[in-house]
Amino acid sequence: MPDIRPSTGQQPKRAGNTARRLAKEEPALKGTFVSVLLLAAFIAITWIGVFILFAARN
Amino acid sequence: MHLHRLEKIWLTIGIGMLAVFLLVLGTMAFSMGTTTPSQHHHTIDPSEVSTTAPFDKPGLTKAGDKHFEAVMVAYAFGYEPQTLEVPAGSTVDFKVTSSDVVHGFSIVGTNVNIMVVPGEVSQISHTFDKPGEYLILCNEYCGTGHEYMKTTIVVK
Amino acid sequence: MKQTFDRGDGKLVLAHVIFAFAALLIGGIAGMLQGMVRSGMVTLPANIGYYELLTAHGVLMALIFTTYFIIGFLYSGVSNTLGGRLYPLTRKLGWLGYLTMSVGTIIGVVVILLGKATVLYTFYAPMKASPWFYIALALVVIGSWLSGFGIFHQYSRWRAENQGKLSPLFAFMSVVTMLMWQIATIGVAIEVVVQLIPWSFGWVDTINVVLSRTLFWYFGHPLVYFWLLPAYICWYVVIPKIIGGRIFSDSLARLSFILFLLFSIPVGFHHQLMEPGISGFWKFLQVVLTFMVIVPSLMTAFSMFATFEMNGRAKGAKGLFGWLKVLPWKDVRFFAPFMGMLVFIPAGAGGIINASNQMNAVVHNTLWVTGHFHLTVATSVALTFFGIIYWLIPTVTGRVLTPKMNKLGIIQTLIWCVGMLFMSGSMHTVGLMGDPRRTAYTTYDDHPDAVLWMPYHVAMAIGGMILFVGVILIVYNMFALMRAPKGETEYPIGQVSEESEPTPRFLERWGIWLGLAVALILFAYTIPLIDMLNNTVNSPGYVTW
Repeated sequence: MPDIRPSTGQQPKRAGNTARRLAKEEPALKGTFVSVLLLAAFIAITWIGVFILFAARN
Repeated sequence: MHLHRLEKIWLTIGIGMLAVFLLVLGTMAFSMGTTTPSQHHHTIDPSEVSTTAPFDKPGLTKAGDKHFEAVMVAYAFGYEPQTLEVPAGSTVDFKVTSSDVVHGFSIVGTNVNIMVVPGEVSQISHTFDKPGEYLILCNEYCGTGHEYMKTTIVVK
Repeated sequence: MKQTFDRGDGKLVLAHVIFAFAALLIGGIAGMLQGMVRSGMVTLPANIGYYELLTAHGVLMALIFTTYFIIGFLYSGVSNTLGGRLYPLTRKLGWLGYLTMSVGTIIGVVVILLGKATVLYTFYAPMKASPWFYIALALVVIGSWLSGFGIFHQYSRWRAENQGKLSPLFAFMSVVTMLMWQIATIGVAIEVVVQLIPWSFGWVDTINVVLSRTLFWYFGHPLVYFWLLPAYICWYVVIPKIIGGRIFSDSLARLSFILFLLFSIPVGFHHQLMEPGISGFWKFLQVVLTFMVIVPSLMTAFSMFATFEMNGRAKGAKGLFGWLKVLPWKDVRFFAPFMGMLVFIPAGAGGIINASNQMNAVVHNTLWVTGHFHLTVATSVALTFFGIIYWLIPTVTGRVLTPKMNKLGIIQTLIWCVGMLFMSGSMHTVGLMGDPRRTAYTTYDDHPDAVLWMPYHVAMAIGGMILFVGVILIVYNMFALMRAPKGETEYPIGQVSEESEPTPRFLERWGIWLGLAVALILFAYTIPLIDMLNNTVNSPGYVTW
């Protein structure tokens, strides 16, 4: 069963310093970057798909 | 304001993609003529459609070799003229207005998909290469009989 | 120490939420019936028309459910973050707004059910509804203004009492949402009060149709951002707290909202790309501005993923996507809004296609568009709102969410997603084949193209029935939450990540942003409006239903 009581936000956050070590000043956001690139790819594919339909019907 | 390095790259890619879309659309619209319909602003008194030329005689007229002009009136719930027929490969310049409320004018399977607004004359051209019976329908809600509002254009 | 939500404020919030879900229930019944009629499964009794149902569905879902929920939600957050209770004047304005909107809603629903206003929720002239329909709409808009003034009052008084302090993110975002709403509704208010009401009463004979459509869409596009921004507030401010993480960046969150304020209004022409009376140049210019408003959503996508990833890494998640595993999938307060975010990916992609100038010809007024906004407002926004009630109702009524309710919430979310997959998926597909939206059952005299659409209509109807089960369950859940065990639930407000930088103060210089917003609107609209006022022939009104 999940803990559905709201967390207090006070518990220790940074379990490890992995993030710190990867980039001194900035958090590691490689997963985020890949995710948004996938999003861009999805947008591009759907747009090009409808564009082709538009061109074919002209 | 600080942006994460990867967010800077992401926004550059994202905005770049949108800019490419706009560039393609803008080039097609302003130098290739593939643009939004009704580029000329023609007005008409919507109460006098049946007595205003050319809408007093809706119909198909030959404008050249495989080139036609279709003058049409949209009304609740149909189109005048009721039959249209052109040979395959013809270019048809549609001029459409409404004698009552706002209507749609969409030819299924083509990019002809325009709004017909009372007081305005909508224009669009299309070249019909493939023979067949094309369905023209109203895709803007116009009243109780909206779903019956249709006609066809036969391409032979 | 936990802060108790002010009970008096709680009543105001709850009144809005209950009204919203009542509208959802009635609108949901209309929606399911429409699906069944269009697919040819049932024929309505002669005294109920398909288009009356469609008008009721659109008005109740798109205008009433959303507006009531949004105002209730914003008031709750403003009360919580700006001093812990509403100032007396704010609360008064909140109730006054609620009453005004409710009078308007009731008049409107009665007029629609009497068949005097079967003009759909876009009420395009020269279809002429009963003047009472327009008066009802005006009351809803005026009521929402009063509520908006309440939020402005709370914010400015809090700032006066807390000089030099940065305003809470939730409050800042609420102010942006309501400012945008005020600016946008001016358009529809002018259309309704100056054009439609005098014409509908017969005091003037004719109406400038092109102008009325332009005023409507000046309001119509920011309307969709009025739905979206409160969902974004939940995503930016509440979700980080629920997953046990931090807000990625306060300043970027504020910047994205400022960009919405600037660019969500001068873009209405992208709904009018296929119509006469507006030059191609101005259409394209507003298309470019429409593309600008995509940028804050790109920023939001990055911020959301970053919040999830940083939270995951703090909890020891490894690998490129390890952070996905540590998200609280079994917590409906996260799961429902998360599914909303996920759906916003195809929803947003579809929106970019819709706004793509001449490419709009492929999708304009087809079922694709209906499918599109059933992803945006009816899934991304609605699921986020549904997810909110699982903590909002317990918070404002002094109760706690039980594991059983949580589970029902997860089930409800899944039902909604499956129903929408069927319904919106088939709408998108069949729309690309040219199937018109807002049309009752017809085969167009068995035209071969139209016959091909029929299987999709059946899939839409099945999706609609699944969604109706989802409506019943969410309404049940709302009432069950009001009877949940007593206890204290904290209002979930996220804290900003330690790694993010302090927020620059110019983001709260409202004079600059309002000035820029007005300048952009004048730039995008002045010349086309002058043309419309000078070169249009007015039309008489018609009752075609």
